[in-house]
Amino acid sequence: MRLMSILMLSAALFSIGIYGVLVRRNAVLVLMSIELMLNAVNINLIGFGTWLRDTAFVNAQAFVLFVIAIAAAEVGIGIAIVLAIYRNKASIAVDEVDSMKW
Amino acid sequence: MGTAVFDLHALAPELILTGVAILILVYDLFIGDERKWTLPIVAAGGILAAGIPLVTLGLSDTTRSLFGGAYVVDGFALVLKGIFLGASFVVLLMSAQYVEEGDYHRGEFYFLLLSAVLGMLVISSARDMISLFVAIELVSSPTYLLAGWRKRDLKSNEAALKYFLLGVVSIAISLYGMSILFGVTGGALKFTEIASWMSAVPSGSAMGVAAMSIVLILVGFAFKIAAVPFHLWAPDTYEGAPLPVTAFLSVASKTAGFVGLFTLVYLAFPAQSQVWRPVIFGLAIATMTVGNLIAIKQTNLVRMLAYSSIAQAGYVLVPFAATTREGSLTAETFASSVTYLLIYTVMNLGAFAVIIAVARRTRSVEITSWSGLSKYAPGLAVLMTFFLLSLAGIPPTAGMWAKIFVFRSVISAGGLANGALAAVMGINSVIAAFYYLAVVKKMFFDPAPEEDLEAIPVPASLAGAIGIMAGITFVLFVIPDVAVRLGYGASLV
Repeated sequence: MRLMSILMLSAALFSIGIYGVLVRRNAVLVLMSIELMLNAVNINLIGFGTWLRDTAFVNAQAFVLFVIAIAAAEVGIGIAIVLAIYRNKASIAVDEVDSMKW
Repeated sequence: MGTAVFDLHALAPELILTGVAILILVYDLFIGDERKWTLPIVAAGGILAAGIPLVTLGLSDTTRSLFGGAYVVDGFALVLKGIFLGASFVVLLMSAQYVEEGDYHRGEFYFLLLSAVLGMLVISSARDMISLFVAIELVSSPTYLLAGWRKRDLKSNEAALKYFLLGVVSIAISLYGMSILFGVTGGALKFTEIASWMSAVPSGSAMGVAAMSIVLILVGFAFKIAAVPFHLWAPDTYEGAPLPVTAFLSVASKTAGFVGLFTLVYLAFPAQSQVWRPVIFGLAIATMTVGNLIAIKQTNLVRMLAYSSIAQAGYVLVPFAATTREGSLTAETFASSVTYLLIYTVMNLGAFAVIIAVARRTRSVEITSWSGLSKYAPGLAVLMTFFLLSLAGIPPTAGMWAKIFVFRSVISAGGLANGALAAVMGINSVIAAFYYLAVVKKMFFDPAPEEDLEAIPVPASLAGAIGIMAGITFVLFVIPDVAVRLGYGASLV
C-alpha cells in the first residue's frame, strides 16, 4: 500500500505540473511547473526502486541522479532564454511572445 | 573483444569529439578576434578525426557491447553516426561564413554545435533508458541555445523559448512513461530486458500499465521529430533560428529523434506492436497530410520548408506503421526508413545551403523575393530546383528512390491498411510537388526586381556545401544501391 500512496503523490505532482505549464503566463512559473513534472518522475523511480529492492534499487537511484543533474542544466538554459527575452521585451509573459503564427 | 567493459576503440569517435569541443572552448579564450576564423577549421577537423575510428570500426565488422549492454556499437550505430558526422560537417561549412558575419560569440557556437553532435553519436549507441535519456538531452540542450543565438533579435528569442518549453515538457512526459515502465517491468532499464519482459507477459493489468507508458514515451519522441499533432513548435523555431541552425535542426536533430524511436520500437517494444502500431499509423497519416496542406499557403520559404520537413517526417514514419500479415517487423521496412532519412538529410541540407547563399543578397526568405532568381543567379536557381525536385521525389534525383523504397516496402507488406497508407502517401506526394514547383516557377518565370541584378557571390565554404550535397543527391540517383546497402546494414531486425 505504501507504494500506492507514493505513486498517487507522483501522479498528482505530475498533473499539477502539466496544469501549470498549460495555464501559467509567467515564464518562471512555467519553468517551476516543469520542475514539478521532473520531480514526479524522481518520486516514481525512488518509490519503485525501494519497493523492488536489489539491483532495481541501485538502478533507480542512478536514474534519479541523472534526472536531477540534467533538470538543473535545463533550468539554467531556460532562465538564460527567459532573460534574453526580458532584455528585449521587458516582459516574461509567455503568451505575449507570439510574433510568429501558423 | 566483443564484451570488453571499456573498449576505447568503440568509444573513440565520442572521445575525440569531446576533446575537440573542450579544446575549442579553451582555444577561443586565448585568441584575438583576428584569429577567430580558425575556429570552424578546428571544429571541422574534429568531426573528420571522429570519422576515422568510425571507418576502422566499420572495417573490423564486430558488434561491440559496452557497459553491460547499455552502449552498443553495431551496424545501426555506425551508419547513423556516419550520417550525423557528415551532416554536421556540411552544417559547419554552411555556418562558417554566416557566423563570421554576425556579431556572435563564435567559439561558443562551435562548442555547442559539437556538443549536440556528440549527443547524436551517443544516441545511436544508447541501448538502455538512462543513456537514451542523457543522449536526447545532450542533443536538445545545446540546440535550444543555438536556436536563440541571435540574442538581440526577438524572433530568435521566441524560437528558443518555444523550442525549449515544448522540448522539455515532451522529455518530462517521456520520462514519466519511462519511470512507470521501470516499475512495471520489475526494474528493467536495458532494451533487451524490457523486450524479454514484454514477450513473456502478453496480457494482464501489468500489460495495460505498460501500454500506457509506451504511449507516453512515444509522445515525447513524436515531439522531437515534430510529428503532427506535436509539431507546433517546429515552424516558429525554424523561422526564428539562425539559418544554419535551422538546417541543423531540420535534419540532424530530427534524425536523432528518429534514432530514439527506431531503437525503442524495434529493440524494446517489438513484442507489443499492437500497442504502438496504431499510434504510429495515425501519426504518419496526420503528419504527412497536415504538413503538406499547411505548407501550400506559406509565403515564407523557410516556413514552407519547415512544414515540408514535417511532412517528410511522416514519410519516414510510414514504414514503421506497415504491418505484415504475421504482425512481424521486416528488415525491408526498417531499411527503407533509414534510406529515406539518409537521402532526406542530403537534399534538405542542400536546399538550406542555397537559401543561405541567396539570403546573403536578398536579406529576406519571403518567396516573393526569389522571383526572377534565374536571371541574375542561374547557378543557384538551377541547384535550388534540383533540391526541390528531389524533395518532391521527381527524377533525376535521389529523392525519387527514397519515395520508391518506402512505397515498395509498404506495399510488399500487404494488407488493406498498408494499401491505404500507400495511397495517402501517394496523394501527399502530389500535393507536395505543387508547392515545391511553385517556388521553381517563381525563380524561372516571374520577373526579377528592377534594381541590383549583379551575380550573387557565394563564399567558398558555402559553395562546397552546396556542391557536396548536389553531388551526393545525383550520385545516389545513379547508384541508389549505396543508400540501400547502408539501410540494410543498419537494420536492427
